[in-house]
Amino acid sequence: MKSIVDFTVKSNKELNSSTILLIVESKEELPRILPGQFVNVKIDNNSVLLRRPISIHDVDYKNRQISLYIKVLGKGTASLKELEVGDIVNILLPLGNSFDISLGKKPLLIGGGCGVAPLLYLAKVLFEDHNIKPTVLIGARSEEDILQVNEYKKYADLLISTEDGSLGEKGYPTNHTVWDNPEFDCIYCCGPEIMMKAIAVKSKEMNIPCEVSLENTMACGIGACLCCVQDTDKGHQCVCTDGPVFNINVLKW
Amino acid sequence: MVNTIVDLNGLKLKNPILTASGTFGYGTEYSDFVDLEKLGGFIVKGTTINHKEGNPYPRMAETASGMLNAVGLQNKGVNYFKSKIYPEIENLDTNIIVNVSGSSIEDYIACSEIVNDLSHIPAIELNISCPNVKEGGMAFGTSAKAAFDVVSQVRKAYGKHLMVKLSPNVTDITEIAKAAEDAGADSVSLVNTFMGMAIDINTQKPLLSTVTGGLSGPCIKPIALRMVWQVAKAVNIPVVGLGGIMNAADAIEFMLAGASAIQVGTANFIDPDITIKILDGIHEYMKEHNIDDINDIVGII
Ligand SMILES: Cc1cc2nc3c(=O)[nH]c(=O)nc-3n(C[C@H](O)[C@H](O)[C@H](O)COP(=O)(O)OP(=O)(O)OC[C@H]3O[C@@H](n4cnc5c(N)ncnc54)[C@H](O)[C@@H]3O)c2cc1C
Ligand SMILES: Cc1cc2nc3c(=O)[nH]c(=O)nc-3n(C[C@H](O)[C@H](O)[C@H](O)COP(=O)(O)O)c2cc1C
Ligand code: FES
Repeated sequence: MKSIVDFTVKSNKELNSSTILLIVESKEELPRILPGQFVNVKIDNNSVLLRRPISIHDVDYKNRQISLYIKVLGKGTASLKELEVGDIVNILLPLGNSFDISLGKKPLLIGGGCGVAPLLYLAKVLFEDHNIKPTVLIGARSEEDILQVNEYKKYADLLISTEDGSLGEKGYPTNHTVWDNPEFDCIYCCGPEIMMKAIAVKSKEMNIPCEVSLENTMACGIGACLCCVQDTDKGHQCVCTDGPVFNINVLKW
Repeated sequence: MVNTIVDLNGLKLKNPILTASGTFGYGTEYSDFVDLEKLGGFIVKGTTINHKEGNPYPRMAETASGMLNAVGLQNKGVNYFKSKIYPEIENLDTNIIVNVSGSSIEDYIACSEIVNDLSHIPAIELNISCPNVKEGGMAFGTSAKAAFDVVSQVRKAYGKHLMVKLSPNVTDITEIAKAAEDAGADSVSLVNTFMGMAIDINTQKPLLSTVTGGLSGPCIKPIALRMVWQVAKAVNIPVVGLGGIMNAADAIEFMLAGASAIQVGTANFIDPDITIKILDGIHEYMKEHNIDDINDIVGII
């Protein structure tokens, strides 16, 4: 069941000049949250009308907290950056489907840009609930964009690639040496569309099952407006309810 | 006990709150947030005789105090509605109204006839005002003659309450409203979205795949309100008002301007339970102003 919950800001940390980690707490018990699901956050700013969809980065059921990893892009995310401890944030959750945990036994998780957001909780669930230690490959422009490293290391073997080579291997996630002798049997990917498309091509060539998490712009987040559609083999499907996670085989990429 | 029941020319609503087509799915999308039976009714997605995929993504862009959409009437067709969706919602104790859309008079008639057979659907809202489909749609709503033709033909095919949804993309909306009335409409609803557009200056491309789309939300409210006021003065059938209603005060403004009932649209996206908040707000307003019957405020401007 979806609900509208007033969360209280517990911390709002700047991870780098354009990225924040927002941790919010609910008075009530959290609903069960699956990896890959997202929330729709109401923005307390008169010049922003619609809610903003943000992936669930981490969940702490005991303390009734969720964390959001947010790249500050425009007005909506800039307002979230201004939130202070104790402020109330109205959140619609949990939304969307989830990653299919049964896709394989040796997963490779690939994240680029703010697309790394849902992968932490996925790694945690794989590690804690399924006894699987995944490999996480994070790609970014340079070292200062590689964030939350110690968090990923709790649950995963971490690989890094940066475009300028300042950390990890130089290049894009698609050029990383992890592809040379693949020890993984499935891929979960989230990031810029151009990166996800490139990964989709590689995984098809290698015949490895692959799921991607899409970030189409949304209005309602609950399947009512049909604004967020993606072209699939079943026609237009809603990213907010049929997704955000899709197997690449159903996408018309 | 205060009275919130409104009678739209025989269509009784337990309160004046309806939801706008295309913003409330088939009701079920909102059942986690809203007790649907508390609403005066809800109007389901634009429904056409045949399945429609709608327009390509991107179909939505936020603008100052509003949003543009170019969904283009994506729906699985009236027969799918009849066999798969209607059985799920038919027993709800509220008015379920089907928004009938089309691109030819024949399509409108065929679709209305099928809906006419559904015993728990007391009314249709004839959408002659969708700006997002290539042929037809809005063309019927932008000339008084075309509006008269389509409404009078559908009138012959459809025996229950016929609400006609008007387009604001016209010079004089009262002319179209009068044509709908003369053709046998039981009520009119207004407004549908305003045609608009937005451009991304970095990519130098339109933000919508269709270049233009329909503008909704709080930015259109003053214009919608003015049109409701004009139409309410011009016709003798009930007027259902909508366009940018975000709270109870907005809803009351529309009623003061002449709307017997209102529809909530874009606001559902921001607060999925907004309809119930608006209903509560109307009750509070009635108490504060010693109003026993909500009908007493309709059209006092
Ligand atoms: C299911 C889902 C999960 C998401 N998860 C996260 C997350 O965990 N962390 C995060 O930082 N972001 C995430 N996003 C993207 C986030 O929703 C957008 O970045 C945000 O809505 C931008 O709002 P804004 O008001 O700051 O920017 P706006 O003022 O709306 O736009 C500023 C710029 O950002 C671009 N933009 C707007 N929306 C998107 C979008 N959906 N995707 C890509 N670019 C966009 C615009 O084209 C514009 O150039 C997610 C999106 C979806 C659909
Ligand atoms: C995403 C979206 C889809 C819509 N689909 C329909 C539709 O199928 N049929 C229709 O008559 N109006 C449709 N509308 C128009 C609304 O019903 C309403 O007339 C308009 O949004 C103005 O009201 P608002 O400002 O309260 O949203 C749609 C509007 C939106 C935002
Ligand atoms: S955002 Fe409204 S249907 Fe997906």
